[in-house]
Amino acid sequence: MSKLGDLGAKLYRGEVGYDFVGKRFLWYGVSILITITAIVALAVQGLNMGIEFKGGAVFTTPKTAVSVAKATEAAEKASGHDAIVQELGTGGLRIQISGLDTDAATDVKKVLAADLKVTEADVNADLVGPSWGEQIANKAWTGLGVFMVLVVIYLAIAFEWRMAVAALIALIHDLTITVGVYALVGFEVTPGTVIGLLTILGYSLYDTVVVFDGLKEGSKDITKQTRWTYSEVANRSINGTLVRSINTTVVALLPVAALLFIGGGFLGAGMLNDISLSLFVGLAAGAYSSIFIATPLVVDLKEREPAMKALKKRVLARRAAAAAKGESPDDGYASEDEPQVVAQGRPGRRR
Amino acid sequence: MAAPKKGRRPTGAQGRPGRALAIILIAMVALTAGMFLSKQTTPRLGIDLAGGTSITLKAKSEPGKENAVNETNMNTAVGIIDRRVNGLGVSEAEVQTQGRDHIIVNIPKGTNEQQAREQVGTTAQLYFRPVIAFADGAPAAPEGTQSPSPNPSASGSGAPKAEDGKKASPSATPSSSATSQGRALSEALKAPTAPTPSPSASESKKADDTKAPSPSASAPATADEAAAADLQAKFAALDCTDEAQRAAVGKGVKPTDPTLACGQRGNAWGKWVLGPAAVEGKDVKSAKGVIDPQTGQWIVTMDFNDRGSDAFAKVTGELAAKQMPQNQFAIVLDGAVVSDPSVSTAITGGNAQISGGFNQQSAQDLGNMLSYGALPLSFQEDSVTTVTAALGGEQLRAGLIAGAIGLLLVVIYLLVYYRGLAFVAILSLLVSAVLTYTIMSLLGKGIGFALNLPAVCGAIVAIGITADSFIVYFERIRDEIREGRTLRPAVERAWPRARRTILVSDFVSFLAAAVLFIVTVGKVQGFAFTLGLTTLLDVVVVFLFTKPVMTLLARTKFFASGHPWSGLDPKRLGAKPPLRRSRRTGSAPAPVEAKEA
Repeated sequence: MSKLGDLGAKLYRGEVGYDFVGKRFLWYGVSILITITAIVALAVQGLNMGIEFKGGAVFTTPKTAVSVAKATEAAEKASGHDAIVQELGTGGLRIQISGLDTDAATDVKKVLAADLKVTEADVNADLVGPSWGEQIANKAWTGLGVFMVLVVIYLAIAFEWRMAVAALIALIHDLTITVGVYALVGFEVTPGTVIGLLTILGYSLYDTVVVFDGLKEGSKDITKQTRWTYSEVANRSINGTLVRSINTTVVALLPVAALLFIGGGFLGAGMLNDISLSLFVGLAAGAYSSIFIATPLVVDLKEREPAMKALKKRVLARRAAAAAKGESPDDGYASEDEPQVVAQGRPGRRR
Repeated sequence: MAAPKKGRRPTGAQGRPGRALAIILIAMVALTAGMFLSKQTTPRLGIDLAGGTSITLKAKSEPGKENAVNETNMNTAVGIIDRRVNGLGVSEAEVQTQGRDHIIVNIPKGTNEQQAREQVGTTAQLYFRPVIAFADGAPAAPEGTQSPSPNPSASGSGAPKAEDGKKASPSATPSSSATSQGRALSEALKAPTAPTPSPSASESKKADDTKAPSPSASAPATADEAAAADLQAKFAALDCTDEAQRAAVGKGVKPTDPTLACGQRGNAWGKWVLGPAAVEGKDVKSAKGVIDPQTGQWIVTMDFNDRGSDAFAKVTGELAAKQMPQNQFAIVLDGAVVSDPSVSTAITGGNAQISGGFNQQSAQDLGNMLSYGALPLSFQEDSVTTVTAALGGEQLRAGLIAGAIGLLLVVIYLLVYYRGLAFVAILSLLVSAVLTYTIMSLLGKGIGFALNLPAVCGAIVAIGITADSFIVYFERIRDEIREGRTLRPAVERAWPRARRTILVSDFVSFLAAAVLFIVTVGKVQGFAFTLGLTTLLDVVVVFLFTKPVMTLLARTKFFASGHPWSGLDPKRLGAKPPLRRSRRTGSAPAPVEAKEA
């Protein structure tokens, strides 16, 4: 505990820190690798689309003595299609039959009820044609597009366009990773997954915004000093907000994890599981990208600016001079280079 | 709920924190009271949690209109059914196309399932047809079985409910009681022209309606003798009390042909011979059941489009000149007569009203049917699936357990990490929970919000979002303490910065929720709505509760002195005591920079 607190303090003061920005190309590489893996997996393996997209039926039965294997056999015989049967936490069965059309489903339900020795009225039948999922997917694309445009505009106004662009890239990165994980692991894609994916939009950006906010503040008067380059300030911001980022991510993940493992585990596959699984993957990706990708990208964009280039030159010149005089780079700065703070006599004030 | 808990807090101490806390306390009390007063103490549950009925409709291709089942028409039909379901007061009902020719309607339990099925499933094609003859529902043979009002004797609107005097005051409707059904029919069929044009003497309520009726050749195409005899025979044999016959009657008849129809009149079945369709339901622009301000009675008002008003003016002109029952037109819905108002004057101008014997329910039902009756396709009920509430209950329970555990994990994490501060966060979460719960419950009645499974997910996920903003603020305060500040200034200085971060990130979350809400349908909307709501409430709670409470706590010794368990111990946070000489945060050298230089 106290160690964690210490770490927080050290991170805050910059006594310890990880060189996120300096090693950005390593992390870009990692991300590109993940992205390529995701795309390859998507191309090779494809997504395991749920019956909502393929059409089919899901029957949920009350507690029954019939085994999963027997039920699968019965379902496949009754429908002539592939069936997936899961046992639910309640002792009932969830029987998913793909490719079944709604006309036939009523009959299958009857046969199933008889085979499984349950009354037909107790069997919940969820019959879906292929267009429902398509509809959701289409709307999801629309939503994704609209949201991206709006959020880029908003971030460009609230911060600056470079941050907006970086946030957008990080967002696309998160979505790619999430989809890639789905393709790799073969999790089923359902409307619930799509909902979860869309929610990542807001969440992934939440983290990014928290980091950017620190960066914006830290780099406010950056051109008035010659002590640090933009990338150094950015790195400090990331480290300074690291505890915050970790805490917000952990706190966000905890309920989602509960939903995933308890809610999903109890009921087997279903809406709860679908939403929480995609959220879980997406949240983790979002936390990673806000630290390792988004901010470094801002740095890359920002350091192309003439002002920032000039600053870097000045900083390096200053350091070289200091080194020549045999001073440690830290010494002799406070008085000259930070007039705004010293003049106000408010140590610690950063704005 | 949490209100009394809050009452013990040092509210109203002084200045602003007290006021903010008072505001949120009042809001919570008001919401809770509103919840109990409106008897909406639990959120309404969606179909996937409460159980309910799912109806699958299949579009039928009609002879001569094989291409009618296309995407455009399906979408139009979905829109109409959707509106119609909302007209029933059913909310969270999902209407979706499925495949090429199916429409799914999900109706939560607790609404009038029968009524909904009738309106959703069978209200497909609506015509206004002139009445040629009417009889009691049973076959003509048994005499004396005429229950409530087989034949309207004196006035056109004596019978309850379905039988309506048109527009003008009911009693003024010309009346000449049709005699025995058989005779009336044959006469009607053979000599369809109006026997006694009897201009209405009644003062009608709308000036433009009082046009002289134009006695003319009657609407029914002059049926030739054979067809008339055939129809007459069928009419005599028709037994509308028999369900099979009811279902079969009028099947496959073109709107342009005369037909037979059954329908309920009051509590008894009636049967009709009807002329060709004069006005189509799709020409009704809108209709609704309203209270006539002059009589205080429920009536149904209708607005027609241009084509509809012309046709309606023509047919009412013709009908008004006739005698009972031929001065009536039948509103026929999928072959069943839903209303047969009589006409006393030609009704021009495109709007009309039906009055007589309605109650609120029947007037609004008819209004809905007329408004939304005009589907571009006809549908049959393909399957009706009932979701047992048991499964939904389990899902809800799983969701609630997951939520409780998630909340518990968050609380433990906050306690371990923030110690005393965690109580502020936990209390804030509680306030947030109370607000969310009460608002959700109230919205169930207010806007028909129904809590479905995704919405429960949204609420659980929102625990994280809400806790995030506390973390942002707490970390800010701790940063200020690390700068060497004492708690009181730290709390105040941390606030503007934390506020900005919270607002910006909450705005992004809200934007995501809003976009999700607008572009998606059904279940997804519930999720997006919950996210949006909780994001808004997060801002409210942080501003009106968390911040004021922090201000107040900063005055207590426990927190201000940085007690080790307060979570704000300066030593533990690594505050640097010598203030003046310290390098300021923004400036502390990072080890990394040497490498970079």
